[in-house]
Amino acid sequence: MSGARSPSYGAGKPGRGARFIEWVDERFPLSDLMREHVTEYYAAKNFNWWYVFGVLALVTLIIQLLTGIFLTMNYKPSADDAFASVEYIMREVEWGWLIRYMHSTGASMFFVVVYLHMFRGMMYGSYKAPRELLWVVGMLIYLALMAEAFMGYLLPWGQMSYWGAQVIVSLFGAVPVVGDALMEWIRGDYFISDITLNRFFALHVIAVPLALILLVVVHILALHTTGSLNPDGIEIKERKDANGVPLDGVAFHPYHTSKDLIAIIAFAIVFSAIVFFAPEMGGLFLEPPNFEPANMLKTPEHIAPVWYFTPFYAILRSVPSKGWGAFLMLAAIVLLFLLPWLDRCKVKSIRYRGFSFKLALGVFVVSFIALGYLGLMPATGLYVTLARLFTITYFAFFLLMPIYTAREKTRPVPERVVYHHD
Amino acid sequence: MINRVLLKAAAVLAAALLVPAVPAVAAGGGGPAGDPANVDVGNVASLQRGARHFMNYCSGCHSAKYVRYNQLGRDLGLTDQQLIDNLMFTAVKPTETIDIAMRPADAQRWFGQPPPDLSLITRARGVDYVYNFLRSFYVDPARPLGVNNLWLPNASMPHVLWSLQGLQRAVYEDVPGGAPKFVRFELERPGSMTPAEYDEFVRDIVNFLAYIGEPVKLQRESLGVLVIAFLLVFGVFAYLLKQEIWKDVR
Amino acid sequence: MTDEASNSRRHFLAVATSVTGVVGLAFVATPFVASFKPSTRARALGAPVEVDIGKLDAGSMVRVVWRGQPVWVLRRGPEMLGRLEGADAGKLKDPDSLESLQPSYAQNAVRSVKPEFLVVVGNCTHLGCAPLERFEVAPADLGPDWVGGFYCPCHGSKFDLAARVMNGSPAPTNLVVPPHRYASDTLIIIGEESGANA
Repeated sequence: MSGARSPSYGAGKPGRGARFIEWVDERFPLSDLMREHVTEYYAAKNFNWWYVFGVLALVTLIIQLLTGIFLTMNYKPSADDAFASVEYIMREVEWGWLIRYMHSTGASMFFVVVYLHMFRGMMYGSYKAPRELLWVVGMLIYLALMAEAFMGYLLPWGQMSYWGAQVIVSLFGAVPVVGDALMEWIRGDYFISDITLNRFFALHVIAVPLALILLVVVHILALHTTGSLNPDGIEIKERKDANGVPLDGVAFHPYHTSKDLIAIIAFAIVFSAIVFFAPEMGGLFLEPPNFEPANMLKTPEHIAPVWYFTPFYAILRSVPSKGWGAFLMLAAIVLLFLLPWLDRCKVKSIRYRGFSFKLALGVFVVSFIALGYLGLMPATGLYVTLARLFTITYFAFFLLMPIYTAREKTRPVPERVVYHHD
Repeated sequence: MINRVLLKAAAVLAAALLVPAVPAVAAGGGGPAGDPANVDVGNVASLQRGARHFMNYCSGCHSAKYVRYNQLGRDLGLTDQQLIDNLMFTAVKPTETIDIAMRPADAQRWFGQPPPDLSLITRARGVDYVYNFLRSFYVDPARPLGVNNLWLPNASMPHVLWSLQGLQRAVYEDVPGGAPKFVRFELERPGSMTPAEYDEFVRDIVNFLAYIGEPVKLQRESLGVLVIAFLLVFGVFAYLLKQEIWKDVR
Repeated sequence: MTDEASNSRRHFLAVATSVTGVVGLAFVATPFVASFKPSTRARALGAPVEVDIGKLDAGSMVRVVWRGQPVWVLRRGPEMLGRLEGADAGKLKDPDSLESLQPSYAQNAVRSVKPEFLVVVGNCTHLGCAPLERFEVAPADLGPDWVGGFYCPCHGSKFDLAARVMNGSPAPTNLVVPPHRYASDTLIIIGEESGANA
């Protein structure tokens, strides 16, 4: 059983540093926390690269917080000054362009990473008992992230900022009875105005980030309570050695940290490639109309939300009714929350699950990507037809799940994880 | 194996998210088929010419209010004295931004709407749009100023460059049961430049506009190479360390 | 490979990775730290200021604002310069301007390039108040020894006609002389030095 425990570096006679740690430990459980969450947190040794997106999401959160703080130092949340202050950051603040591009790229990359993280969870059954709460907290993070991204997008006060906010705020008008009053309450005005911008700014830079940080802490605590799952969907806690160390586990540090570091560097390379060579990402990350200041008298010819909202936007548009469109869009998100209870199959990992689930997950992925693409396209002709088709398949994945997972032909799950030493 | 297929599908998801697969959306602004602008913001001589053309022909009505003259000086290799002599017609100090003297109310009266600020025009519309726009004015007696534009129908902008380009006529072809289709332009009255010279002239202006849209572009690209090179080196160390640490996991 | 060789390899790689990581973090920190510097706009607004001294009478002063600070240009006629020379240098904390901030070209007995024109920043070196111009001789409130200078109303610091601080004042040093140059006999440019473009 070599190597499951963290090798203890520098374990010699207690020096000044060790005495200081001791002093802290008598007052704060520093070493205990480090052991529990880092050096003696055991996760399966057979993690594949799908398991890096959680750490990458954390890295992206840090990037966003850091760049956000520095943007706030030069941004002015008023309808008169917002657009110009963004250009001021881009042109006149030393390195302001880099900080802003990091923030705008980070927003999109956050969703890339979170979508892949969620897909990993769906593939390997990370949402299943006993990890239902972990999944639900994760979904709450996703919701908070959507709110954060939406409100952040208003801040540059460009044409897309303005009209995107107009469209999304109008969605609340679909709420029965109080819709119109609710819209006024959200905007604090009769249109998207300086007042709206100012409160979105407050929510974007203080309220939602605080909620996000809190939820991330809860998410990690929940994860460390149940333990991380693995590509085989086996609970490694069930088989431990004499010291209580899971036989298939390796310490988070240095094993998983050294692996995560490679992922972080790879991510940084992709991130830098975008920031330095394609910050607009061909109009997907920074949309061209947003380089024109908001003009409440002129709607851009073609409005599309930023790409990460487009799957839901396509669902919204596929229904020729404001109320039902908004309802379906909401339902598309709510169903994700319910995944732990919709899936009846006892086997967790896709490796040992039946054909029906593999097919269904494939259909889901295709539907999600197709809806994302269609949401960017104009709502005409064939695009609408296709959007309706994929809306149906998207919902079928969830609504039929209790049926096709109940009688799934699964394969036997091994007792120990599959690990090939390379 | 279906697992593999799914993994592939997921990889495609990642790629689809990363690759700008929707140039149609990205291009912004529609319009008839035009020619590519082929600008190069690394071409300083072209930027200098473009700056002069911009100041001579555009800056009377259009501001570039996010750009300071001395920034042009720094990036285009011009001294303060050269800026004052060649580019600064209304401003006093090189640290000022490129503003116009025209009041918005006057502009409203003269043109129906104030001429837009051009600092970000190429980022909002794309270089190709601006390039083709400036080449697509044609005689149209129905318009108050006697010209129309193929790329921005009923544009309120006069053909400021007509003495250079000359005046051209749009030739349409009848389409049975549909709107007439634009075929080509025909030069009615030549200007002081040949069409090729005029295209170059416009290209220099568009290049300059592309540069002021994002003055930092060249700098960010050269920095990006260094950053990625550093990360690759870092990645090699991290990879070797991970291999070393994982060696003892069986 | 022996365990020892493996350990030293591991140690080397751990150090190499950590050092590269720390260097990387330093690179990342650089733009954030640098973004605190005055922006292009701040530098544009802090550009040199021109002062026309052609119409300035002897004994009078003109105030301009440069980088958010009041800058005074005082024309000292022969009479004022006479008073300055005649005063007792023993009353001054730092008569030779060894402690105070001034460009080298203004580090002399009259603290100026041309004796006639004094250019100083009008903020008291004590706590930043604006001293008052009290050029008269022996006023009632400042006593019979007063031969003209600046008096700070906040905490009573006294400066002579070369803006040098007097003994007994809370202000530690003489008033600051900003960088400046003469573009012509009648034009001073504050914030710019001859031979330099900044």
